[in-house]
Order: sequence, then structure tokens, then C-alpha cells
Amino acid sequence: MANKNLKTDRRSFIKVSTAAGGGLVLGFSWLSACKADAALEVAKAMPADWFDINAFLKIGDTGLVSIVSPNPEIGQNVKTSMPMIIAEELGVNWKDVIVEQAGLSKDFDRQVAGGSQSIRSTWDTLRKAGATARHMLVSAAAETMEVEASECSVENGVITHSSGKSVTFGEVASLAATQIVPEKVSFKSPGDYKIIGTDRTNVDIKDIVEGKPLFGIDTRKEGMLYASVLRPPSFGQSLVSYDDTEAKNVSGVSEVIRFGDKIAVLGNSNWAAIKGKKLLQANWKHDSQGESSPEHSASLSAILKKPKGEALRKDGDVKKAFADADIVLDRTYEAPFLPHNCLEPMNFMASVEGDKCIAVGPIQTPGWTQNRIAKAIGVEPENVSIQLTRMGGGFGRRLYGDFAEEVAMISQKAGVPIQLLYTREDDMTAGMYRPASKYRIQASVKDGKMTGYRLTEAAINSNMFGSIPHYFPAGCVENYEVFGGKSESNITTGAWRAPYTNFLACAEQSFFDELSAELKIDPVQLRLDLLENVIGSTDEDIEYSGERMQGVIRLAAEKSGWGKAKDGVYQGFSAYYSHNTHVAEVAEVVLEENRPVVKKVYCVVDCGIVVNPLAAKNQVEGGIIDGIGHAMYGDFAFDKGKPSASNFDKYRLIRNIEAPEVEVHFVKNELSPTGLGEPSLPPAGGAVANAIAAATGNRFYKQPFIQYTDIIG
Amino acid sequence: MANYDLNINGKNYSVDVDADMPILWVLRDTLGLVGTKYGCGISQCGACTIHLDGSAIRSCALPVSNVAGKKITTIEGLSKDGDHPVQNAWVEHDVPQCGYCQAGQIMTAAAFLNENKKPSDEEIKKAMNGNICRCGTYLRIRKAVKTASENI
Repeated sequence: MANKNLKTDRRSFIKVSTAAGGGLVLGFSWLSACKADAALEVAKAMPADWFDINAFLKIGDTGLVSIVSPNPEIGQNVKTSMPMIIAEELGVNWKDVIVEQAGLSKDFDRQVAGGSQSIRSTWDTLRKAGATARHMLVSAAAETMEVEASECSVENGVITHSSGKSVTFGEVASLAATQIVPEKVSFKSPGDYKIIGTDRTNVDIKDIVEGKPLFGIDTRKEGMLYASVLRPPSFGQSLVSYDDTEAKNVSGVSEVIRFGDKIAVLGNSNWAAIKGKKLLQANWKHDSQGESSPEHSASLSAILKKPKGEALRKDGDVKKAFADADIVLDRTYEAPFLPHNCLEPMNFMASVEGDKCIAVGPIQTPGWTQNRIAKAIGVEPENVSIQLTRMGGGFGRRLYGDFAEEVAMISQKAGVPIQLLYTREDDMTAGMYRPASKYRIQASVKDGKMTGYRLTEAAINSNMFGSIPHYFPAGCVENYEVFGGKSESNITTGAWRAPYTNFLACAEQSFFDELSAELKIDPVQLRLDLLENVIGSTDEDIEYSGERMQGVIRLAAEKSGWGKAKDGVYQGFSAYYSHNTHVAEVAEVVLEENRPVVKKVYCVVDCGIVVNPLAAKNQVEGGIIDGIGHAMYGDFAFDKGKPSASNFDKYRLIRNIEAPEVEVHFVKNELSPTGLGEPSLPPAGGAVANAIAAATGNRFYKQPFIQYTDIIG
Repeated sequence: MANYDLNINGKNYSVDVDADMPILWVLRDTLGLVGTKYGCGISQCGACTIHLDGSAIRSCALPVSNVAGKKITTIEGLSKDGDHPVQNAWVEHDVPQCGYCQAGQIMTAAAFLNENKKPSDEEIKKAMNGNICRCGTYLRIRKAVKTASENI
């Protein structure tokens, strides 16, 4: 159990204070309160002195190592897994490591939680941070012991010379800090890993289960007031006037501030602010048309009928393939907008004083948010300090710093530190949704083979980006093209866990199931055969690997007993590459009182080296349950710009009883790690749709599936 | 505003707040016990679960005026050293992802196991069904409740 033995006496809040030098001190007071738990192996004592080795780590005179986790933690476990990579290369025992969360700092690149890229993009940097420090420690040890550095080895925080002499990290830490930083360092070979690839419990686990202050909503600052903000109830509306007489009569409410089309109520508790907000009398007007879901559906259908503009990818001659075909399979799939519904609603604390701002809270993009706040309150970005708290979920919503910008503006006007908390209703109705979308997929069949494939995307506000048009079956079929068209809307949209592919994969993987029936070939075999065509491809746009895709497909078929399901168990197959990771899933459905129920999902993942299998498995299980939940139940519509749901009484999230068992397998290899926070989600909906089709003979073309009441019940 | 005497985690507090203020906000904003979380405000998600005289209850819609004289337990007071069997099981199974809903999940599980010492798998699922986990850690929650039931 990593760090279970480190007892902390965390203060009752995440307290924020300005240090003498003007910097920010966030009260993670690990360092004054660690004591060993006698029942467990004893960690190193708290040091009297710390020695900075590099931006990522410092070593204490007792040998205790403090590692900084640079990226925002949204539940993807990077606060544990990123330091694990550094600790591995350093050669320290994991129990002698304490972890600190970094704030926004120029010391680190890409301090972003997004795209499942935290581990993949920092793999080399983190290994280098650890290996560099190890070289400096060895160099210091060699000097101390008067031996050759090349004759020393490192393990568990001890540097040992071939003669048997040894010194500890703590003994040489001060000298190590003065060593020349080596330009080139060698990395351990994966076969020698002692931390990477082993199960390590979340470093925050004790604080989480004891309810210690960790999250943005727990931030407190002296003199701070709480804010609740009233926003236009419908998209396309603006504020004409308001009456705050009643709001101001609420005990605890101190001030009401208008900013733009929004009104902030400030109080000495969240309750006072919320209660005051409910009593505001506001008059709104429509600046632009309030949009409704049937209109969105019609505009997306119009795009699908006639794809315009350049193809996002084009191979061969799809038109000709379609003209020459025996049949063209043509299907359209549809999915609604979705709110993110992080369980911790959006919130942020800001304290603006003069031209300086201290901002603390949960944000996936601290760098962008620094700029956003600076612009909103008219100060230089370097005057805005951003500190990160643990996040109660992100799912893409916290890529956007709109709430941080709001609270900075309110603090500037109010002249006191403010914590802004969205109520659930605010959170669900404030926008940045997954865009509603439709996919039309067409495939031509000639002489029992797929000869052409066309994918057309119609989405609200934006289209698929990056390498998505080059995903499977790109490169597997001679004639292939992808088009994207968008319909502009005043309903704000943004990234939602596995943007675009969260529904595209469901559509395509459902389509391949129907295609395999048309071709009278097993769905697994169809995919394996098609993938043969991309193996050896020199197309640089294609980043997925035919071999790795075949690998996960074969293993998923094997582990699930594909094609050999017990009587009454119906299986559905799905395989998808996203975020640099290859995944295959098999869903199993049974009929209970003639209604399909998802009982189990088998999942095989090839994400290269698995840094922390315990947490990795959690991500995969969660992604599948999340994917199934939203495919089954996620519904969100608009009537004249007003969202159809604003809380969990009307918006259904998957619950415990509905979650199927999940069996996860990782492909073992020594390739560099790839994304894991998102890739298990996209294939889940398709696997379930295909299993339900196997069980009932009914195909689903629209999410959420729950609307097929005659089948689902 | 009125005065209310509250017993929370074995300690007595006196608070001067509005009668309709939900106990959630008294805990978090008046008393600084922030382990209990806000999730929906309408008793739908379970993030705010506390114990009232030993029973699990949603604190987000429960006015302070209704709880005076009753024994309140929050996540901070579930055990002295964070070692209640449910908390231990949560650590053993490394349940959380983001962690935000877990205090509520733990409080629901602890009250449930007080009433049902040896629950079946189906009973566990049903008992935990009122607590939403947006990250989808439901499978580990089930396993942890099972483990806790064996150690209670």
C-alpha cells in the first residue's frame, strides 16, 4: 500500500495564504505531520533539510523523496502514476516517496488533463527526471566513497559500490544537489522495473476515505464570500433588468453584482447565496432564436444528405465503387447533446487584489485558464497564479475555464476573495455540451467483399479533428472517404470524454455488425480480414496498428469465448482505436422477462506498458460503465433554447444496479504507454448495441437506447 | 436566524443559522466539516450522505431545524483513525477514481452494514443504488462493501 503508512494531519481546509515572498502557499502540510504506522513497514522519517535535485523532485536528509505531480488530477490517477515513473528511474522504494501536486508552473510542459495524453506525452520527461537525479546521486556517492561511479548500482534508495560499500540517498542528497546535471542519461529496461507495472494504491486514498479537504469546493480563504450566479435560462437570451430587493433581504447575503448578462449573489454561505439567487427577479429577452431539438435534427439530416466541402480523407473512388456494387448498405445514427455532470459541480476560488489574482480550484487546463482570467480582469498573465486541487471529475468540462473567469470577475468587482459554486442546475444548464450529432455510414458490397466506405458526420458547431478520419477502416478498404459538416448553434458545445469517437465508435461498430451479417461472415473475422489490408501500410496519416488491433480482437475473442456463449447469453463485438490505444470489447446480454440486460463486458486493451495496473483496470471498468450508461440513458434536448433537464431527477446517469461485470485484460508488451482515461469508452456502446441485436433482432440507431421502450422496457 | 444545538461526531456545536438551511451547508460552510459533499441538492445523488441517529440520510435537503437533538455522524467522525472496516475496504480495493462521491458511498455502506451484517451481492447493489458515481467505480464499491461485511 503506497503511502498508507504516511499519516498526515491535514488542516481542516485547503488553506490558501500568500507567502512572504509573494508566492502562493497551498496548505498541503504533509511535511510537518508524517509519522509512521507501527503496523506497517516504516517509511523514512521527515527530513530536517530538503535538497532540490530538479523541478520534479527533492530528497531529504533522511532519504525521504518528495515528487511533484505536474498534471491536473481528475480521477485518471496521474497523481499516483506520474510520480511512479519518476520513482522507478530514481531507484527509490515507493514507500519512501511522498507526492505533492504542482500548481501552474513554467517548470513543466503541457500541464493539461485531456486527450488521455498525460502519461504518453510525459513518459520520456518523467523518466529523464528520475534518471537524471539517479545519476547525480550516484556521482555524489562515488565522490563520497572515493570509488568509480560506473561501479555503483542503485536500489531502494541505496547506492552500492561493487566492493560492498554503500551510502543512502539521504546521506548524499546535499552533495547530489550540487552535481553537474548530466545531458544524457540511460533508462532502465522494462524487465528491471520494480514500481512500474505493479499495483499501487492512489496516493490520496486515505484523505479521500476520511473526507479530508482535497477538492476545489473545499477551498477556503480568509475573508472569502460564497457566490451563486444567475445566468440566462435559455441559450440566446440576455438580461434586460433585475430586482434584487428580496435577494438582499436573505440573512447572510451581502451583495448582488451584475456582470454582463449574469448576476452574482454573494453571501456568507453557499446556502445564503443560492437562496438569494432564487429570489432574484430578472427580465430576459431573446437576442437570437431559441433553438429546439427537432430543428437541430432537421439541420443535421440536411448535412448528411449532401456532404459539402473537402473530404477529411479520400482514397480511391467511392462513387464508382457504390455504382458498381451489388448492394450499398446505408445507415444513419443519431445521438443527443450531453452534459458532463461531473459529480463535483463547477467551482473556483479567486482572490483579486489590485493587478494580482490568486485562483485555486479544479481545472484541466491551468495554462489556458491563466490567460483567460488575465484577459477577463485586464491584468498580465504572470500576475495570475493558478493552484490545482483534486478534481471531482472532468470528462472534458473542466477544459474550459469559464467558471474561473467568472469568479475572477466577481472577485475583482467585490474586492474580496470569492468562491463560486455552480448548483447542479447551473452546472447542467450552463452549456459546453457534447454536440448533438448524426453519422451516415455507407458501404458497398461486391462479390461478397466490402469495396467502398463513406462516413459522413453532421454535428452541432464542430467536427471530428486530428487523426479520427484516419481511424479504422481507413487503409483497409481501397475506396474510402470521410466528410464532416456542421450546423452552427448558440448552444455552447465542447469536448466530452473521447470527443466525437464517444458516439462515432458506437455508430461504426454497430454498422460493422450489420455489414458482417450482410456479408455472411463472423464479425470478428470481418475485422481481422479487413485489418490485413492495413498491415505494412506506409500511410503516415494512419496511426493505428493493424497488428495491435488484430491482437486485441483475437484476445478478446479468446477471453470471452466468442461464438461459444452459453444458451441464453448473447454476445456483441466491438473494437476501436482512440487516444493511441487499441481496445476490443465483447458485451454479453441475457433476456430477463424478455428484456435485454447487459450482464458482462470483456475488454482487452493494448496501451503499451501499464504503469499502474490497479488504477488502469479502474479506468477501463469506469470507461465501459460510463460508455454504457450514456448510450443507454443519456438524453438531453432543447425547447426554445432551454435544456430539458437540470438535475438528476430528470437526467438519468447509470447506477450501481445497472453496471455489468467487467473483465479486463491488458496486452503485455514493452512499448511506450499510451492513453487510458478515454479509450475503453468509445467501443462500449457498440458492443452493447450488437449484443442487444443478437438477443432481440432489433438494431438501435439512436442514443439513448432507453427510448426503444418496446425493446428495453 | 435561530440558535441550534447540534451533536456532530460526538461533539456539541451551537450554530446561529436560518431554520431552512440544509444541514449540508451548516456542516460545510458554518462548521468547516467539508468531507460531506454537495452533488445535486435534491437528494438524488447521495454525495451528501450522513448518519442521523445511525441511519443514512441525505443532508442536502434536510433543514437544520429538523436535526437538533439528534446524533449526527459525518465522514470525519465515522472512525477515529479512518479505519472503519468500510474505509479499510475502500483502501484495500483502491475504489476511488476522482473520489468526490466516495464519502457519501462510504456513509451509505456503513449504515447499510449496520443493519445487514451479511448481505448478498444483490442486496449490496440495491443498497448502493442511490449513490451516483460518475466515474463508474460501482464494481469496486460492490467488492469493497462485500469485504467490509466480512470484517465487520
